Amino acid sequence: MADDGIGASITRKEDRRFLVGRGTYTDDINRPHQTYAAFVRSPHAHAGIRGIDTSAAENAPGVLAVLTGKDLADDGIGDLICGWLIHSRDGEPMKVGEYAVLAKDTVRFVGHHVAVVVAETLIEARDAAELVDVDYDVRPACVATATATADGQPQVHPEAPNNRAFDWELGDKAATDAAFENAHHVTKIDIVNNRLIPNAMEPRAAIGEYDFGTEDYTLYTTSQNPHVARLVLTAFVGIGAEHNLRVIAPDVGGGFGSKINIYPEETVCLWASKKVSRPVKWTGDRSEAFMADTHGRDHVTTAELALDADGKMLGLRVHSYANIGAHLALFASVTPTYLHGTLFSGQYVLPAIYINLEAVYTHTAPVDAYRGAGRPETAYIVERIAEVAARELGMDPAEFRRRNFIQPDQFPYQTPVALTYDTGDYPTILDRALAMSDYDSFPQRRAESEANGKLRGIGLSCYIEACGIAPSAVVGSLGAGVGLWESAKIRFNATGNVLVYTGAHSHGQGHETTFAQVISSHLGIPVDHVEIVHGDTEKTQMGMGTYGSRSLAVGGSAIVKAADKIVAKGTKIAAHLLEASEADIEFKDGAFTVAGTDRSKTIQEIAFAAYVPHNYPEDLEPGLEESAFYDPANFTYPAGTHICEVEVDPETGVVEIVNFTAVDDFGTVVNPMIVEGQVHGGIAQGVGQAMMENCVYDEDGALITGSYMDYCMPRAQDFPGFKVATTETPCPHNPLGVKGCGEAGAIAAPPAVMNAITDAIGTDMQMPATPLRVWQALQAKAPAMAAE
Amino acid sequence: MAVSVSLTVNGKSVSREVEPRTLLVEFLREDLGLTGTHVGCDTSQCGACVVHVDGKSVKACTMLAARAEGASVLTIEGLAPSPEDLHPMQAAFRDNHGLQCGFCTPGMIMSAVDLLQHNADPSEQDVREWLEGNICRCTGYHNIVKAVLDAAGRMRGQQQAAE
Repeated sequence: MADDGIGASITRKEDRRFLVGRGTYTDDINRPHQTYAAFVRSPHAHAGIRGIDTSAAENAPGVLAVLTGKDLADDGIGDLICGWLIHSRDGEPMKVGEYAVLAKDTVRFVGHHVAVVVAETLIEARDAAELVDVDYDVRPACVATATATADGQPQVHPEAPNNRAFDWELGDKAATDAAFENAHHVTKIDIVNNRLIPNAMEPRAAIGEYDFGTEDYTLYTTSQNPHVARLVLTAFVGIGAEHNLRVIAPDVGGGFGSKINIYPEETVCLWASKKVSRPVKWTGDRSEAFMADTHGRDHVTTAELALDADGKMLGLRVHSYANIGAHLALFASVTPTYLHGTLFSGQYVLPAIYINLEAVYTHTAPVDAYRGAGRPETAYIVERIAEVAARELGMDPAEFRRRNFIQPDQFPYQTPVALTYDTGDYPTILDRALAMSDYDSFPQRRAESEANGKLRGIGLSCYIEACGIAPSAVVGSLGAGVGLWESAKIRFNATGNVLVYTGAHSHGQGHETTFAQVISSHLGIPVDHVEIVHGDTEKTQMGMGTYGSRSLAVGGSAIVKAADKIVAKGTKIAAHLLEASEADIEFKDGAFTVAGTDRSKTIQEIAFAAYVPHNYPEDLEPGLEESAFYDPANFTYPAGTHICEVEVDPETGVVEIVNFTAVDDFGTVVNPMIVEGQVHGGIAQGVGQAMMENCVYDEDGALITGSYMDYCMPRAQDFPGFKVATTETPCPHNPLGVKGCGEAGAIAAPPAVMNAITDAIGTDMQMPATPLRVWQALQAKAPAMAAE
Repeated sequence: MAVSVSLTVNGKSVSREVEPRTLLVEFLREDLGLTGTHVGCDTSQCGACVVHVDGKSVKACTMLAARAEGASVLTIEGLAPSPEDLHPMQAAFRDNHGLQCGFCTPGMIMSAVDLLQHNADPSEQDVREWLEGNICRCTGYHNIVKAVLDAAGRMRGQQQAAE
């Protein structure tokens, strides 16, 4: 048995090409006779288009075409889509406004695509784009989340009166109201979940190529879900048919949700490649990414928690506005609803919950899934209000949480907000995190900080998330436009090595290693003899892609199912070769053995026999290749406790994270090294949201944070090392027992950090806790202290 | 109008005619096909494009190709001692899981190699401060810092062995 299977921290198979500069990202690809696209984008948040004069651009050197929304309409190219239909609480379907590939007669955010120039070189395309003269009728813009539905606000779409896309609810309102009537204490907080810009380090890019010989399209694109892109672009947008479009998502430099959406740029590259009869390449620059990638979060919330005299939670009532920007992007409607409202029970027995969420259009970039997608917004509300409630009741925040935990013997646990948690052990996680963070000796450290003129605080976050999205029938009943199963195909070569084709997509997660480790454990093939193939619709069977921490839980389970079929067929072949009954054949560590004997065939020998079937069962097909599709029975429920400790300099407002501890239950861990890396990265993004990152539009809708000079990205010196550990309650309903780990840090960290900072400064404040804002919060508190 | 530029890249002499406004990173990627050097921003902030020019780390998006006339440029493709082997920094990034999506990795490695040219035995804080000009969105920097410290140890070991 190889020691590179499940549980081994082996180094990554994919690393070598990246380390030596041989990765193949979309912008690294160049096609023969390729041309270049440059987009003309709106400088206004809201304007009518009176006319577009393309004549100067058309006559510029190297220009092959200047195309506008009218040309798209003339060619019958449809609008982009949202993939999930949400119904408002009055039963009305959500109000879907136009999501044109190139603006028709109205622009709705700064960066909105108005026209495209295709030219011989990139420089010529960009130079000519500046010559396109758009006559704008500039109008007032609606920008702010909390006031978007007010009367008199500029309207984003005529289909959505008062800019309300939907007004959604979940939970039992009457029962929740009743819980508040009987409450001993009510804690109420106002929360702003700041808007973020995902900033995968690789900017989006696309090459569209139409072949007049085969009449087929090929799209190279920075996608987390190439098969979904193919489906949307053909069936909905109307570029070719599904069998005539090949979508290749090669090495992709991070996604974090921003590469789920099907965007105007790749659509235009495909369409324009037929117009100019040559491949069309577009590579976004970072400014375009800031303007026109989907953004994340942007909720404004009021939450109330009802408590009894013993500090037990009785009810939670939440109202939020969620800003979805100018268009409903692919996952934009499910993110603030079913990925968000269903987690409000947290890790707690919380008998009554009611959430009402109004999704509002604004004249800003579309908002879609961003690492965690709806679940960070929930964890932030639940874990902030839990902390504030504990403080108001004079209870230790850890003890307050422990008192309210769902106990290990209560699983499966039905929450009041639709989900059934399958398994977990929250007290064990908390105990481990408290021990690792030296929680008990915190008062001593606080006293030492005070003696040095510093403020010290500690904050907890006991988050839960739902991953492994998701049972297809369930999501279908809730409005999903697709099923959310995953696929796998295992192909043995005659010499005994293996190709695995997966419908998931790896853009940093390390699937090429972890999926191979699953093969090693289940089929006894060493990792070095396994190649994982993904990201090309022509090579791999239909798959749903990677998001929502689903790849191992759903895609890995499909691999196990396919491996079981390989073993079943191999058993038949082995029984024949070993002249034994199938029932007597045992498969273990890569060998088929007649039980109780030393007569054995390796799986490599069986594969060879399958392809050279000279001595072979009569009624069995040759070959060793099996496929499987896996549709999960339930979501998975990773959970954990993160504890942040900070020291604040009251003179400057500078916050230093002095300790960050994360204990997570991800179920079975396939590669601990990779899991730790996922946690580190998630924490960094969560800390970024809590302390640095903030997307700002001014009141006219101009993007103020449009570059790395203005949008504060976390850097190496902003962090200490992280202390991370895992506990393990295997998921009971998938064959690997895995739960998913990619989003945990981004979900858990913001409340942990803000609970620590508000503990240190003794007053509440909103994210991001920049030095200026911390200092301002301290100043605002100072007069009150002086008056006491 | 074009200008001619002649320089050494990864030990080989190259000469090309380029537009005067061509950036070094565009020259490396588009004219020479060395796509290991990446472009992650347009404000010289992210560091994905770091290469060495005459031995010093430089953001190749901030330098015109014409300015590299006569210079010796080293890119990620030229860092390893042989096609089979890895540079100790590359090996340390692999062994410490210092990369995920890989996009920032070439710039991160080239920058870190230059750090060790300045300071063969950096502290964790030295590493974090030096990497201020390199943004990674995947790793939280934890394993990058670990990798650089590990590489420093390996390279000091090599140095001692050679002496």
